[in-house]
Amino acid sequence: MNDSIDPGSGDRPNSYIGKSVPRPNAAKLVEGRGQYVDDILLPRLLNVAFLRSPHAHAKILNIDAGPALELPGVRRVFTGPELAEHCDPWVAVLAHFKGMKSPPQLPLPLDRTTWAGEAVAAVVADSRALAEDACARIAVSYQPLAAAVDMETALAASAPVIHPELGDNLCFQRLNEAGKVEETFASAHRVVEAVFHSGRHTGATLEPRSILADYDRAQGKLTVYHSTQAPHMMQSVFAKHLRLPEGDVRVICTDVGGSYGIKVHVYPDEVAVAVIAKLMARPIKFIADRLESFTSDIHARDHRIKARMAVDATGAIVAIDIDDLTGIGPYSVYPRTSAVEGNQVVNLVGGPYDFANFRAKTTVVFQNKTPTCQYRAVGHPIATAVTEGLVDLAAEALDLDPAEFRRRNLMRDNSYPRSSPAGMKFEALSHEQSLAKLLEMMDYAALRAEQSRLREKGVYRGIGLASFIELTNPSPFMYGVGGARISAQDGCWVRIDPDGSVLAATGVTEQGQGTEAIIRQIVAEAVGVPIDRVRVMTGDTLTTPYGGGTWACRGAGIGGEAALQAGLAVKQAALQVAAAMLQAQPDSLDLSNGEIIDKASRQARMPLAEVSRIVYFRGDTLPPDLPRELMQTRHFITKQYPFAFTNGVQASWLEVDTDTGMIRLIKHWCVEDCGRIINPMLVDEQVRGGIVQGIGGALYEHCVYSPTGQLLNASMADYLVPMAAEMPDIEVGHVETPTKESLLGAKGAGEAGTAGAPAAVMNAINDALRPFGAKVFAQPFTPERILAALGKAKAR
Amino acid sequence: MSQVLELSLTVNGERVTRRVEARQHLIDFLRLELGLTGSHTGCEHGVCGACTVRVDGRIVRGCLVLAACLEGATVETIEGVSETGEIRDLQDAFISRNAAQCGYCTPGMLMTAAELLRSNPRPAREEIREYLAGNYCRCTGYHAIVDAVEATAAARNGPRQA
Repeated sequence: MNDSIDPGSGDRPNSYIGKSVPRPNAAKLVEGRGQYVDDILLPRLLNVAFLRSPHAHAKILNIDAGPALELPGVRRVFTGPELAEHCDPWVAVLAHFKGMKSPPQLPLPLDRTTWAGEAVAAVVADSRALAEDACARIAVSYQPLAAAVDMETALAASAPVIHPELGDNLCFQRLNEAGKVEETFASAHRVVEAVFHSGRHTGATLEPRSILADYDRAQGKLTVYHSTQAPHMMQSVFAKHLRLPEGDVRVICTDVGGSYGIKVHVYPDEVAVAVIAKLMARPIKFIADRLESFTSDIHARDHRIKARMAVDATGAIVAIDIDDLTGIGPYSVYPRTSAVEGNQVVNLVGGPYDFANFRAKTTVVFQNKTPTCQYRAVGHPIATAVTEGLVDLAAEALDLDPAEFRRRNLMRDNSYPRSSPAGMKFEALSHEQSLAKLLEMMDYAALRAEQSRLREKGVYRGIGLASFIELTNPSPFMYGVGGARISAQDGCWVRIDPDGSVLAATGVTEQGQGTEAIIRQIVAEAVGVPIDRVRVMTGDTLTTPYGGGTWACRGAGIGGEAALQAGLAVKQAALQVAAAMLQAQPDSLDLSNGEIIDKASRQARMPLAEVSRIVYFRGDTLPPDLPRELMQTRHFITKQYPFAFTNGVQASWLEVDTDTGMIRLIKHWCVEDCGRIINPMLVDEQVRGGIVQGIGGALYEHCVYSPTGQLLNASMADYLVPMAAEMPDIEVGHVETPTKESLLGAKGAGEAGTAGAPAAVMNAINDALRPFGAKVFAQPFTPERILAALGKAKAR
Repeated sequence: MSQVLELSLTVNGERVTRRVEARQHLIDFLRLELGLTGSHTGCEHGVCGACTVRVDGRIVRGCLVLAACLEGATVETIEGVSETGEIRDLQDAFISRNAAQCGYCTPGMLMTAAELLRSNPRPAREEIREYLAGNYCRCTGYHAIVDAVEATAAARNGPRQA
């Protein structure tokens, strides 16, 4: 490791990596000085409201916008055919998903709507309120068509085929198989099985989807202010489909009010806004309201998994077999596709455990519901719930304590590098150490004793454990190899300014997780300046290096390494100039706390600001051939492993009221290993936030549809999300196994919480219900479902 | 489409007179007419708390109050309480404890937390959670927010007696 970078080395000046430094952007946020897209006003701004389909599936016979256009302040109404002339359709498939199919999609549909909530017309008016008034005056004649709503029957011969040109409603199917599955099950000591449901839910970002597009006809330039995680990806998308050169499209993301994967996709209504801006050559704003958020933001996790596990007489897992079915709505979502979630399930099931025989099939089907796509921890919570649910069933079948069963079956910490039977490659994980630490943190033995004491008094508490793996630092194997223009590499430039302060710009983006904070820590340490001398820029395709943005836990591991290398490079550049000024050798000098110092004696020689003053204003005094490059750019991409896997384990401690079915979460623990920790406080808060998001799906969140494809609970009053009163305190611990792929050694941490929480909660509920022989496997675990499991209510 | 009324009120200590549509909510009035964008629109039906502001000393949902009802009222927003320094300690606790991530809920959360600390200077963790239960935060999981409010209460009034 570079001698000037020794994370966690304590009290040297500028050793920020590994410290809980507060985020620089928090100061503006607590004063309401954040700038979200809806806060931006431009001259001649117009607002868009979309008229959305009330039908899950219908032919659009006619759209009469006449009465809408009569309203004062209403400027234009656009429908599908007009926008289609100015925008090329997209098809969301990836080449490495063999056989995957999806129909072409346009900003607004031409003559048929395929989900309730799909935008069918756009009204442009002076204000959003006026645009909504006008929507109410548009008369659309629909001819309702039979809808394919239930994913279980989407492939039946009797099901309406949503896209007749595709032949059937099958989007994608994959079988992932290793070893001898049938033989192993046939001869197994014990087999446990269950059918798991992961209820369809959605991101419910507090800031709704937001976009403001402006087209300068004179210069042919499109500028888009966008609440997105991936500005460079969106730049490519707008350029390609609006037929513009990439250089004429600029995407800016100012503050983003929550994303969690919701804001990394191409939404047809947002593309419509860009097309309208181009056609009208005026700034056009669209801010989704909450109803349209529920029906048009991507949904996720609509899965049914039939699963079984075989164990031998020693308590060893010998085989896992799962059959996953998922309904993704009428289109695969561009450009990541809606097959990735199912694909992740078949890659991740069984991930923490040492066994050889594996079969996992996913079937991805079209249906007339809101499209689904990647949402925080994509596939992980599903795979973890299935795996850990089976593990607890197996432990029970063998009369083993769940912790002991895991101890016997987890991959050994000294067994890496290795692969899983699903084909995932692991550089180094720490399941055993993490479990040991978790059991110690929660005082597992004492908790078990308390549980039995309370049980005698008729109080039913449960402990649920969940080991998990998490896929981070994705390489081009995730999307690039499939043909998607989604960058797996990322870059950072670092510049020393005349006053000795440092400016860094990175292609990874900030949505509140602390990207700018960790880049600042890394750059300050790499260059050797006080942290308050570093500013960080993100989220602007015109000024930042080309990169992928922030998703799939890549900000710290990929963007962080690029920043580290750029910072070290600019330090070397500064030392080279300083050496010439001081008539010393560059390697006899160092940079510390903004001063050029003698490396051996640590004595200050001159301020960094003096180096930059000479470079920028008195370059005449330096040797003519001396390089004076006080701005350096570096890029980073992972090369050895397709993904940097992390691992962890969670525990839930809760109480079930067996009369009401209500659950009280008492405490939650997580130990996770994200490699090098750059900022412990930020990692802990990522984990906590992720856990609560996972708990939401486990206990409350559910997009409930009628048999005709109507979303029945599309409001914040009816769609329940975790609120402060119901959430427990969460204790977070760490094991650090840095990746050797980078100098920094960081992997991702943002999805670990969400990956493991539903499984931990499910296992805790079933542990609490054990005296009754009752079990639940269908999320969300509502009071009704718990009472049904207890035989006290009818199952629905 | 909508009746227009003249409205005079005090916002963050300044007298303001505007003609407003009768149907305009307080949150839209603050954001669109006065440029006070620190308060946010989250659900527009009174559930999420992102638009929480103070009217005549008590917190309200800016999306459930019609601006036209506020003739003569005193309105305070995150911009106002930041200017006066009234909740500086609470804001600093949010920063140092990382109780704000995306920041979209934060102004509303702070207005609610400030009211809690005025009415209950030494709240227990459960009381803090209960009081903040009308403010939705998708990022933090609430733990850090509860910590920050608890720390502010302790700094103002000394630690809570167990």
